[in-house]
Amino acid sequence: MMDSSFVGRSFPPAEPYMVGVEKVREFADAIGERSPLCHDRTAARAAGHPDLVAPPTFAMAVVARAQEAVLFDPRLGLDFSRVVHGDQAFTHHRPICAGDELTAVVHIDAIREMAGNDIITLRTELTAHDDVPVCTAVSTLVSRGAA
Amino acid sequence: MTSAGLPLAPAAEPAVPGVDPAVGDEIGPLTVHVDRAQLVRYAGASGDFNPIHWNPRVATSVGLDDVIAHGMLTMALAGRLVTDWIGDPAAITDFEVRFTRPVVVPDPDGVDVEITGRVAEVAPGGSADGPGNAGTATARVDLTVTVDGRKVLGKARATVRLPGSARST
Repeated sequence: MMDSSFVGRSFPPAEPYMVGVEKVREFADAIGERSPLCHDRTAARAAGHPDLVAPPTFAMAVVARAQEAVLFDPRLGLDFSRVVHGDQAFTHHRPICAGDELTAVVHIDAIREMAGNDIITLRTELTAHDDVPVCTAVSTLVSRGAA
Repeated sequence: MTSAGLPLAPAAEPAVPGVDPAVGDEIGPLTVHVDRAQLVRYAGASGDFNPIHWNPRVATSVGLDDVIAHGMLTMALAGRLVTDWIGDPAAITDFEVRFTRPVVVPDPDGVDVEITGRVAEVAPGGSADGPGNAGTATARVDLTVTVDGRKVLGKARATVRLPGSARST
């Protein structure tokens, strides 16, 4: 069982995530995204972006790093070896671009038990260095019961 | 630009910029062949090195049939159908999925992931229908993602800002 007193807590950000040009290209290649906006800096700037545009799910690379610190906290009581990703939602307030320095604050929105499984909902707010909201990511993780 | 060795199916027909989608429009299909090499590549790109995505010994030890794809890779491939269609990876404002069935990736054969979409809703500009979308024309695309005819994602939907719409602030 997870400690439900964690609901409502938020976790302060660690070091900002620096979004790199080559990381955006690498991620785009890994998912087969061939848009010039993800590969060609000139094309991205011509389209009005400060630099390469990251594909929409790139946000998870940033979010996952922030979530780990929370999920591996032994006081939470989550058995990570039994965890599967249940749901994922992103709201992009603006696209993530190379050059962004993203700060992630993780909030525990819910912990509940259903059919012997522990279910935890994490909301991660990504902001840029100027405190502008960039992305809200909501992850539901399911820890399968041992039964 | 993609590196050699990454198997890619032809992209869905890109939407003409300024296209005027209507509810019921069908998008795709986009078929993507996923093999172990792509899982390793995605692991490196995403930083998700969970061994169930590359090590059959670990995968079977936790009760899986074999190595499975990262759920987030499947979500990313579904997103490609939408970004290819709209022609802009920055156009997606909202994107959500439920992971309902693992995508088993046998070696060496790999597996085909098939993605189709349907325009479920078109909201004209000027309606304040949510954060980031106020004053912007949007379309919601419902996605169906299958492997061997079986759905692997549920509740998969993406909302895009339509070309020509004002950028949200």
